[in-house]
Amino acid sequence: MKYDAIIIGAGHNGLVNAAYLAKAGKKVLVLEQRHLVGGATVTEELYPGFKYTVFSYVVSLLRPEIIRELRLTEHGLAILPLESTLTPLPNGDYIYRDADKFRTMRDIARHSPRDADAYLDYGRSMYFMAKAVKYMLGIIPHDPTSLNPKDLLGLAGLGKHLLGLGEEHFYMLAKLMTMSSADFLEEWFETDPLIATLSASGIIGTFLGPRSPGTAYVLLHHYMGEIDGAYRAWGFQKGGTGGVANALASAATALGVEIRTEAAVDKVIVKNGQAVGVALKNGDEVHGKAIVSSADPKRTFLQFVEPKELPDELVDAIQKFNIRGSSAKVNLALDAAPNIACMPGHGPHLAGALSISPSVEYLERAYDDAKYGRFSRKPYMDVIIPSMIDPDMAPPGKHVMSCFVQYAPYDLREGTWEQQREAFGDTVIDTLSEYIPNLKEIILHRQVVTPWDIEQTTGLSQGNIFQGELSLSQLFFLRPAAGYAKYRTPIKNYYQCGSGTHPGGGILGAPGKLAAMEMLKEI
Amino acid sequence: MPIPTPFHSRTAALCKSHEWRDWAGYLAAVTYEPTHEREYWAIRNSAGLIDVTPLFKYEISGPEALAVVDRIITRDASKCAIGQVLYTPWCNEAGKIVDDGTLTRLAEDRFRVTAADPNLQWFEDCAFGFDASVRDITAELGALALQGPLSLEILRKLAPHAEIEKLKFFRQLETKMAGIPVEITRTGYTGDLGYEVWCASTHAEKVWDLLMDAGHNYGMLPAGLAALDISRVEAGFLLADVDYFSCRKAVIAPQFSSAYEVGLGWAVKLDKSDFVGKKALQQEEQRGSQWAFAGLEIDWPELEKLFAEFDLPPQITGRASREGVPIYKNGKQIGKVTSSTFSPILKKYLALCTIEAQHAKIGTEIEMEVTVEYHRKKAPARVANTPFYDPPRKRATF
Repeated sequence: MKYDAIIIGAGHNGLVNAAYLAKAGKKVLVLEQRHLVGGATVTEELYPGFKYTVFSYVVSLLRPEIIRELRLTEHGLAILPLESTLTPLPNGDYIYRDADKFRTMRDIARHSPRDADAYLDYGRSMYFMAKAVKYMLGIIPHDPTSLNPKDLLGLAGLGKHLLGLGEEHFYMLAKLMTMSSADFLEEWFETDPLIATLSASGIIGTFLGPRSPGTAYVLLHHYMGEIDGAYRAWGFQKGGTGGVANALASAATALGVEIRTEAAVDKVIVKNGQAVGVALKNGDEVHGKAIVSSADPKRTFLQFVEPKELPDELVDAIQKFNIRGSSAKVNLALDAAPNIACMPGHGPHLAGALSISPSVEYLERAYDDAKYGRFSRKPYMDVIIPSMIDPDMAPPGKHVMSCFVQYAPYDLREGTWEQQREAFGDTVIDTLSEYIPNLKEIILHRQVVTPWDIEQTTGLSQGNIFQGELSLSQLFFLRPAAGYAKYRTPIKNYYQCGSGTHPGGGILGAPGKLAAMEMLKEI
Repeated sequence: MPIPTPFHSRTAALCKSHEWRDWAGYLAAVTYEPTHEREYWAIRNSAGLIDVTPLFKYEISGPEALAVVDRIITRDASKCAIGQVLYTPWCNEAGKIVDDGTLTRLAEDRFRVTAADPNLQWFEDCAFGFDASVRDITAELGALALQGPLSLEILRKLAPHAEIEKLKFFRQLETKMAGIPVEITRTGYTGDLGYEVWCASTHAEKVWDLLMDAGHNYGMLPAGLAALDISRVEAGFLLADVDYFSCRKAVIAPQFSSAYEVGLGWAVKLDKSDFVGKKALQQEEQRGSQWAFAGLEIDWPELEKLFAEFDLPPQITGRASREGVPIYKNGKQIGKVTSSTFSPILKKYLALCTIEAQHAKIGTEIEMEVTVEYHRKKAPARVANTPFYDPPRKRATF
């Protein structure tokens, strides 16, 4: 049986890509190495009755047009609101921001009345920035060195869009593209924990600190999401992010896509410079007219095909492609509700995010540890309690807690992650216990997911959640490498559709869709 | 000035938004939290507890109660078993709708009717000459709607021996919760799995506390009218005074609607014994209706284009709208949208409309007026099936 397209990897981008190809009438096969679909968007019941959203945990960036065009709500997509962020402080105080504008302002005003006012202006400016970037999410990255009329036309469109932003917003966009997130935010605010918490969006998934130039872009990357037209809104998929993958798989299957799990790909079969199929690790071969890798650029170019089939400069660029893993997850099953010291008892704050980001210095020191090959002794954390948002995640009265943790460098100076994993887990729990005094008493089960574990389980090289750093040098027409940003490779009929391509990581789906649109011009 | 319901001491303490609405003369919370979103999702994903006491409630009893009820409503009350509930409209002699509500048969000779508006006089007039009496029991009964996928689990905790899981869609049972007599009906206004709990007003606070305690571990939230309104549009349910006017309030011809014209033709049983409006409805059934009630799905990408003309993303209110909006076909007005909402669970912009009957076929392309930055525009929309949202759990047997 010959397929029109074979997709390597059933992560969200692989599934989006498959669904769009099938929607256009193509015969599509998706091959997934694990027993379940999702890649880094999976929910697993690792302790009876408790569902962990193992890797990714919140949703915002998934493109609304993908939701609509693939009819994902009919297949179980349901994004529940995640309305608040609580930043507890070591002195027992806090900053609490939620959907209640004036309440949020009053809370910020306790720290700085000036910042409370600036918060509104900041929100307005970020609206323009999100709007500016939204345009780029829907276009293929044109190469400014190209003289191809299509590229020139595309660039002209982009230029028109950017100039259309107006001076004020164009300059701000330029700042966002180049500054550090903390420096950028200090232009707005003076309250350190507020700056720290907002700047944390600029370090998530990167191997950079809040003072590292370029992190302001990552901040922007986290702002370009929208839920039902509301920019910057984040939500929680019912059932965890595995619910996103399941909705995509269900939609893809309904469109005729065949999904094979426990089918790890060893190599892409290349004949006369042309991809013709894949060889599975179990020895099987499957043939198809087009092969698409949703894996990261390292695996796409250096593992699935022989580098000798590729131009030297591409091999060189991919070898240098920055994909350092820096993030970890600690997932907990809890016997009761956690009690947060600065805001005790039950309340809507438990259904929001808890950000362990008391100061910019705290975050920068966390990064310092990682720079020198250690996990952070006092890590940054973005914590949610999924069962408070979706009661189906845990038995009644019990809870699951998802802790996103930075930094955890993939390469440790001393020892291996297998040796350090539990010590790291202890550090996370110790740190969190300073803010949640009853935490240690209520832990029933703990899963520590290090960058090494992410790589082992999902295949993401070095456990980098974005399939490559979102630095300016690795974006747009440079993602993953100059000349190969348009989802193609030097090997005919071999394509790429993962987060390592434009517009990058997060549960966006845009790389998968844009790749499908480009492929459909050729296959 | 609206008065408190028997649950007010509890709802007021929880109503952080301080946003109340006058519902039939009672104070009703619009939202409890600053926004309705979590309350809406509680209804769709866990459970929402809604104070629905302001519904008017009447008891019709006596040896000829069945005959009276059957004379009032368009559905066949003789087929309503004890412990069964019917949703039904009732009409005037011209077949124009008076009101709509539920009829519960509590005993052989005893019925309860809920209504949006006062109907004591109407019911008494219909009962004239029959051996039956009508009593307004609105103030005597507290009513709470517990709606959402986990509503059954929560009720089972409170009444473990009542076999609530066996209660079928539109059925009623009587039981006790912590010793307090309550009545439970599998009914609601959300189109989801859900129940309504009826108790004596004197027990209201205790029943509220029991439900809140039991719901705590299931993500249950008290939900206000903003969340309820989105759910009921998704469910395709009519709202009196919004989607239609009672013939007792209409003052000009276009404001009257027949039972057929509000989409309740299925509830008009012309083969049953005589009832108020039967003759007129018979004639209308043969002649065909001028108007139809329909669902609409507004084309979102086209709506985006209209807003993009002004460099804006689509701006539609997060809450359901009760604003009347004209709809068009080929430039000619063919009806009006009466309720609309963005559906968070379907991620669609939906509306309920009254439309010229010949355009009511599912799939018909029409246009709806939208206001974009103070400019009137027309957005393409398509006539769609209601309920828009209809999860199998709504009528499932467990």
